[in-house]
Amino acid sequence: MIDALRQIGARTVDGVWKLGCATRFTGTILARSGMCLRRPQLVLDQIYFTGVLSLVIIIVSGLFVGLVLGLQGYETLKRYGSAEALGTLVALSLVRELGPVVSALLFASRAGSAITARIGIMKSTEQLSAMEMMAVDPHSRVLAPVFWGGVLSMPLLAAIFSAFGVFGGYLIGVVIIGVDSGAFWSQMQANVDLWSDVMNGVIKSAVFGVAVTLIALFEGYDAPPTAEGVSYAVTRTVVTSALAILALDFVLTSFMFTGV
Amino acid sequence: MPNEPLVELTDVAFSYGARPILSGIRMRIPRGKVVAIMGGSGCGKTTILRLIGGQLKATSGTVRVEGQDVSALTYADLYRLRRRMGMLFQFGAMFTDLSVFENVAFPLREHTKLPESVIHDLVLLKLQAVGLRGAAHLRPAELSGGMARRVALARAISLDPMLIMYDEPFTGLDPISLGVIANLIRRLNDALGATSILVTHDVEASLGIVDYVYIAAGGQIVAEGTPDAIRASQDPFVHQFVNGEADGPVGFHYPGSTLAADLGLEGRS
Repeated sequence: MIDALRQIGARTVDGVWKLGCATRFTGTILARSGMCLRRPQLVLDQIYFTGVLSLVIIIVSGLFVGLVLGLQGYETLKRYGSAEALGTLVALSLVRELGPVVSALLFASRAGSAITARIGIMKSTEQLSAMEMMAVDPHSRVLAPVFWGGVLSMPLLAAIFSAFGVFGGYLIGVVIIGVDSGAFWSQMQANVDLWSDVMNGVIKSAVFGVAVTLIALFEGYDAPPTAEGVSYAVTRTVVTSALAILALDFVLTSFMFTGV
Repeated sequence: MPNEPLVELTDVAFSYGARPILSGIRMRIPRGKVVAIMGGSGCGKTTILRLIGGQLKATSGTVRVEGQDVSALTYADLYRLRRRMGMLFQFGAMFTDLSVFENVAFPLREHTKLPESVIHDLVLLKLQAVGLRGAAHLRPAELSGGMARRVALARAISLDPMLIMYDEPFTGLDPISLGVIANLIRRLNDALGATSILVTHDVEASLGIVDYVYIAAGGQIVAEGTPDAIRASQDPFVHQFVNGEADGPVGFHYPGSTLAADLGLEGRS
């Protein structure tokens, strides 16, 4: 009993300690982001690394999610005689929810894991220490550009995911099943609001981008400098990011779409 | 002041939490000299380098470089001081996403506004100094251990530092590469008018090139002197360390209970 209590206490202290470290780490990255403004090429390189290299998985996944939404949506709407509302259903589902959430989950597993592995290996091979000893601050030169690259990439990836999802829904609904093309697009245009739907989706994806990139960076930076340490850190990045995305999605949705 | 040492450690202690690593360290590294810090694995040699470079802060005592207390420097002042230091890490710590040329050019690009043509020439001259000008286009993964160490050395001297620190530069090298690196350390130090601190446990390679030696054990400096004095020392630990003897003050067995006790034989007749 005492041992169990001791373990709970130790884990709680560890958790609070790590949370404090993560908060200080975040503050340091934000405080040392000036170089990203002076040398935007550093951020552009990271947008390529985290964003452009994730495009294939985002496009293919968006397309398939759109195809499935088209099929499922049509089957459901047909029961109520509202098949022409398929465009609205596909677009709202993607822009509000599936686009930001699924693309963030994919981003966490593709780019987040790569960021953690890269930073963890840079640390374990003393590349970050070498940079410090060359009077080059790794927070400014490496970590902050990765952070801003991830934050800027995420909304773009979510937008591309949603666009290809809508295209998938169009392929199934209009091209294959035969829903009227005019109804599909006009219903979508009439019912999707730029600010309350699209912009809220963009805000969600930006928040997910901040969360995933920070988790990935912190786990890499905090990883023990061993092969085992880096591999555990990569696993923690994917698991923690997925849970953070789903939890944040609930909180954001509560505020944005239900007026809580 | 010519007599003032470039690096001076006074009664330095350092611990990770409750675990003491160093205590009572006193060292003076004169300008222009090559000084070795020797000792067995885990005795705190690398920690001393990290204290001098400001990557760690002493728990007590002072670490002075060029008269400045490293622990008391602001972030900006510490980075200004580090621009005048070079450090060679144990396995080179090359940036794996950059070519050899770009690795050596990295400090120049970060700290100077030199035109590309000047950077090009400077990098080739540094690589020429370590004998690897022809390898400028290679990636770090294509280099042997000795070559990687030489490229890292070229990178460490790219800004002509006043102080060069070497963390186990001979580890894992074949005899030829080891000799090349040892000669480079001495030659570059003299050519650049720099001061070098060499952390190593390779006795023969280092005693041949250094001016002065500190020997560390158990987190303290247990002996110091010129290479000849160290070779002639009758101190049991120094004698065992320099001659690589199995018997001596440093026991072969890790402390623990007796073998008979572990095998359950104690008390039997």
